[in-house]
Amino acid sequence: MSDLETFRKDTRAWLEENCPAEMRDGAGGEDNICWGGRNWQFQSEAQKTWLDRMAEKGWTVPAWPKEYGGGGLSKEEVKILKSEMRDMKARSPLESFGIWMLGPALLKYGTHEQKLHFLPPITRGEIRWCQGYSEPNAGSDLASLQCKCEDKGDHWLVNGQKVWTSYADESDWIFCLVRTDPKATKHNGISFLLIDMAAQGVSTKPIKLISGKSPFCETFFDDVKVPKEHAPGIGSIVGDLNRGWDVAKYLLTHEREMISAGGGGLFGGRGMGEIAASEIGLEAGRLADPMLRGKIAQAEIDGWAFLLTLERMKDEAKAGQGVGANSSMLKYYGTEFNKRRFELLMDSGGSEALEWEGERTQDGKLARSWLRTKANSIEGGTSEVQLNIIAKRILQLPGA
Amino acid sequence: MALVLTEEQQMLRDAARGFLDEKAPVSALRKLRDANDETGFSRDLWKEMAEMGWAGILVGEDYGGADFGFVGAGVLAEEMGRTLTASPFLSTSILAATALQKLGGEAQRQEHLPKISTGEAVFALAVDEARKHGPQKTAMKAEKHGNGFKLSGDKTFVADGQVADNIIVAARTAGAPGDAEGITLFLIDAAAKGISRERTVMVDSRGAARLKFDGVDATGDDVLGEVDGGLASLEGVLNAGRAGLAAEMSGAAQAAFTMTMDYLKERKQFGIEIGSFQALQHRAAHLYSEIELMKSVTLKALQDLDEHYGMAGIICSLAKAKAGEVAKLASQEAVQMHGGIGMTDEFDIGFYMKRIRVAQEMFGDAAFHADRLAAMRGY
Ligand SMILES: Cc1cc2nc3c(=O)[nH]c(=O)nc-3n(C[C@H](O)[C@H](O)[C@H](O)COP(=O)(O)OP(=O)(O)OC[C@H]3O[C@@H](n4cnc5c(N)ncnc54)[C@H](O)[C@@H]3O)c2cc1C
Repeated sequence: MSDLETFRKDTRAWLEENCPAEMRDGAGGEDNICWGGRNWQFQSEAQKTWLDRMAEKGWTVPAWPKEYGGGGLSKEEVKILKSEMRDMKARSPLESFGIWMLGPALLKYGTHEQKLHFLPPITRGEIRWCQGYSEPNAGSDLASLQCKCEDKGDHWLVNGQKVWTSYADESDWIFCLVRTDPKATKHNGISFLLIDMAAQGVSTKPIKLISGKSPFCETFFDDVKVPKEHAPGIGSIVGDLNRGWDVAKYLLTHEREMISAGGGGLFGGRGMGEIAASEIGLEAGRLADPMLRGKIAQAEIDGWAFLLTLERMKDEAKAGQGVGANSSMLKYYGTEFNKRRFELLMDSGGSEALEWEGERTQDGKLARSWLRTKANSIEGGTSEVQLNIIAKRILQLPGA
Repeated sequence: MALVLTEEQQMLRDAARGFLDEKAPVSALRKLRDANDETGFSRDLWKEMAEMGWAGILVGEDYGGADFGFVGAGVLAEEMGRTLTASPFLSTSILAATALQKLGGEAQRQEHLPKISTGEAVFALAVDEARKHGPQKTAMKAEKHGNGFKLSGDKTFVADGQVADNIIVAARTAGAPGDAEGITLFLIDAAAKGISRERTVMVDSRGAARLKFDGVDATGDDVLGEVDGGLASLEGVLNAGRAGLAAEMSGAAQAAFTMTMDYLKERKQFGIEIGSFQALQHRAAHLYSEIELMKSVTLKALQDLDEHYGMAGIICSLAKAKAGEVAKLASQEAVQMHGGIGMTDEFDIGFYMKRIRVAQEMFGDAAFHADRLAAMRGY
């Protein structure tokens, strides 16, 4: 047996033994995610057990190095672990901005001490991070951000406002883009700063979304003192002073890849056609609404082609061939596709999909999810911004 | 299997690109068209391609072929798509070679496959009878007659049918049009009595024909596969053709896209390059994304044909549908973004639009394959 086959066998056995039955329902979606953090209320005992066991093995972040709380697995091993988890419909034990965004940025730009200090609590779901990029006047033009950060000798003094900060009110720490040199050109005076949300002067105000939920906030910094070192030898700035834009951009490519993968939910669960068939019914073996059938078939073709493209891009990266800016292409296509998918699910659901409250629809679960997907093509950089990036970086069109 | 080309396949691609750029650029197709060439391709060129092992790319080594698999064949089809190379590659090296390899008896293989490898024999696959693809609707009759059969009926849109030495034809030995059962494939000498052919001059300037079978005699030895083998065995061959066409369209679309991007960087209006206009940039970026998707599905379809031939139907439909739509979009955007010059015969873009139109229609357009995929997925 090859090493990988042995690994698969051992992994399957371990998962069988350790994944609680309640965590094997394949449930995904924002409502079922275990986000972790100091304020986290576990939804069940099983959710906690599952997290603890996986964290112990380093498998909440299987690809990260062991010394920082990861599993130290190779790409092939990670693929096997994921596929085994999918096969038994195991839920993800932990998801967070720490895992998706800050972790990769720290692994690339952080010092060894910063990694040792900040990464393990992320892997165990102890500290939850949020992302302080956008400001009221800096959205797509992120580099025009103004949140002020002054050097006060032993500490930084932060004043300003962030907006659309997802889960700021539930998070323990925030990674933030701040302006440390107001005189430099706009990309050259930005630093990447880590701030404890419990610090004096940090406050948040939830904003309600069209889905009726309030997952994001305005975040205010009023004379917030951020120590230059959070602990001896642990700097509060990641990367070099005034070079935060490099870190920010690198992090965004990970954010985009993560968001685009959301479009892939397609063939994991039930397909759109299968759902529509059970809701609308079949006539002579075919979906009773032929126009909808056609639209769904077209969408399934695009969705499937997109999944294969995610796979190909991964394989190309492994073979050292890929194009870096393709994360923008995947972000653009995946999110636009996901919106289209939910439009079709709403079409199939008909009037029942429009119920907003009540048990029958789990308080309008589909309708709320449908509305939530509209943000996919805005958050992490809008579709238009991704198209700009493709035009400039990949197609090298002039003046872009 | 990783969704990337192996080193060998990459080498094949690079060699093919170099050769075709030199020997078969779009101007070669233009020349054939302007000369109203009856053959529809250059026999000398085809011979050279055969010498490099292309004609027998799918043929086993025992029969003089390169045995390079469907991905290899797709690589060649894609490169020929880039330069719009006219050749019997699809009809002979993909369709007929697949039919013979997968369905042929030993005697049939020994007789025909070596001639495919050397490029001596040209084949054509005759399936469709009406304006839209529908193998299941096959009506052409193959009536029992003594020990053999008599074939009668009409076929249309037969690629290379005007010059083929041999014709693989689908006919009904049982059942009625619409039945999946009762279809049999015959391999017939194109010179057989009772066959008449009309060369159809097509929009893409490639060779095609309408064929008439008027009581053509066939013996049991002419049956390819089994009598009443049905749609299933024919579909396998068609799937190979569909994946090959998807690859060809992928190549054509990429070439048209590259020409268009070059033009956006060079043409100036209002004092700046037109490529600096965001309205065009976003359309270009969208098209780029679609082309990446097309490349992924095409490669996957070819890989699946190599690995699970009998189960590749759904993925070949996926590839044919996606490639058809994307290539059409690429050719339309190419003409539009070139402005007036894109509409001129002197400029090459029009040739791409025409070939893509034909390729996307052949063996099922995007709607046919979307419907087929939906049916396979239970809706
Ligand atoms: C659900 C959700 C969660 C979010 N979470 C976070 C978070 O946790 N942290 C965080 O920092 N931010 C977060 N964001 C913010 C998000 O990154 C911004 O909303 C996004 O970058 C767009 O900025 P904006 O809202 O200011 O829109 P604007 O930039 O004002 O854009 C308005 C419109 O103009 C278009 N536009 C702008 N510039 C161009 C251009 N150059 N070319 C063409 N079109 C253009 C845009 O595409 C858009 O359609 C979140 C957003 C949402 C919706």
